[in-house]
Amino acid sequence: MTDVDTPPATTPAAIDAVPLRHPWRWVAAVVIIILLALFLYGAATNDAYRWHVFGEYVFNERVLSVGLLNTLQLTIYSMVLAIALGVLLAVMRLSPNPVFKSVSWVYLWIFRGTPVYVQLVFWGLIPTIYANIQLGVPFGPSFFHLNLQALSIPFLLAIVGLALNEAAYMAEIIRAGISSVPEGQLEASTALGMSWGMAMRRTVLPQAMRVIIPPTGNEVISMLKTTSLVTAVPFALDLYGITSREIAAREFEPVPLLLVAAFWYLVVTSILMVGQYYLERYYSRGASRKLTNKQLEVLAKAQGTGAPGGGGEGA
Amino acid sequence: MTPMVKAEEVCKSFGALHVLKGITLEVGKGEVMCMVGPSGSGKSTFLRCINHLEVVNAGRLHVDGDLIGYRDGGAKLYEISPRVAAKQRREIGMVFQHFNLFPHRTALGNVIEAPIHVKGVKKAEAVARGEDLLEQVGLADKAHAYPAQLSGGQQQRVAIARALAMNPKLMLFDEPTSALDPELVGEVLAVMKKLASEGMTMVVVTHEMGFAREVANQLVFMDGGIVVESGPPRDVLANPQHERTKAFLSKVL
Repeated sequence: MTDVDTPPATTPAAIDAVPLRHPWRWVAAVVIIILLALFLYGAATNDAYRWHVFGEYVFNERVLSVGLLNTLQLTIYSMVLAIALGVLLAVMRLSPNPVFKSVSWVYLWIFRGTPVYVQLVFWGLIPTIYANIQLGVPFGPSFFHLNLQALSIPFLLAIVGLALNEAAYMAEIIRAGISSVPEGQLEASTALGMSWGMAMRRTVLPQAMRVIIPPTGNEVISMLKTTSLVTAVPFALDLYGITSREIAAREFEPVPLLLVAAFWYLVVTSILMVGQYYLERYYSRGASRKLTNKQLEVLAKAQGTGAPGGGGEGA
Repeated sequence: MTPMVKAEEVCKSFGALHVLKGITLEVGKGEVMCMVGPSGSGKSTFLRCINHLEVVNAGRLHVDGDLIGYRDGGAKLYEISPRVAAKQRREIGMVFQHFNLFPHRTALGNVIEAPIHVKGVKKAEAVARGEDLLEQVGLADKAHAYPAQLSGGQQQRVAIARALAMNPKLMLFDEPTSALDPELVGEVLAVMKKLASEGMTMVVVTHEMGFAREVANQLVFMDGGIVVESGPPRDVLANPQHERTKAFLSKVL
């Protein structure tokens, strides 16, 4: 042991150890590559896949500008609606108000307790069940009148159906996120004079986002695929409807067109995964005591110039 | 002169559990009161009653002449709305044992949060005052660090600056050094001493007898939900009257 106050004159040489070998990883990789090659060879030579039909339709104008576009629109609109409604339901569920609490509970009970396919069929039947919408005094004069059956609104009904179902799941995800924030955070905000609502908005929800984002990304991806159920409304102009119903039925080629649909679902999912990565990174700021590259650079520079270190850097 | 804190027979129970059984005491303006006692004696609960984080069940609690938590309607007391309660709390700063800093905001972000969003202070003004406060607690260079990157002592000093940013007339400290490494306790106590010397009225729940002896005007020893003994710290510490106080002090001194 040398005296702690005097640093050694020369720093010891950096360690250059022989890395640990992992032979079984190589064996596993070789086995998997062989299996994959066999599968790809089989798929390429099997006539049932009809790759020339896949090639013909994968960039088909109707698949892209109608099918893919409608699927994306259904996903985005219903997800945005679902998140907004989910936040509202979660906050209601956690609020001190007993009326809000029970309303939120009943909503969850109904919309989580019935299959989304059944709900979509139901929304499709809304114009039949409620043929007319009137706004006015009950049993009195009417100010506004709308004939639902005269409108053609399957796209709108599909969005409403998907969103209301999804909101129930989003509400639970958001509630879990809010509950994950320590109680002391709400207390500290309250002690600073914030109202419950402001403490939720400024302190609790931003911290809950770190827990909310990953499962929400999951839900967006799940929603992208659930949109293929809108055929129940019935709405047939989404990616699955266009490829596997309209074109496949016309050409008698179900397999390659299913592959076209799967291909585009996979492409969009991949893009969503990249977006999720960046969102997660943004909301995890402050969650770790690990310093950012920029902060490390500043500290290293300070060390280099012989500035007084220590002082409880914490890291 | 109206005392800053005036408690008359304050009682608090959680269901069948009676935590406070009639606390009567006064803290004058500019005074520092330290509360000591074994855990479970009700010190923290009393502190939380002062800013209405807990609702008082019986008795009256006044801060600077205002009844806390209720509106006095002569014959009856009326519950106050959350909005009015929030307004009362703005003038009472609180520092917690576990700091409770906002982890998603920088040190400066923590300090300017309430002035901007609760009081409506302009951002530039709040930032200037926030930087000034961080300098006062010795953390001017840590303004842009997140709480997770600060040591416990630094976090607690940020928490003190955050409470001071609302210009409180009363500061409550709930065991501010209990969660700290021994070598970090001193830096937090130094900030608190400076605050006391500047005339801030403070109620401090603590186990730091040295701090109490040096800074407090009044030392209160609590046990089992009542005030067992109180008085100038030198008297209580050097010459305790009650057996219970003697037994407690013999263990902590």
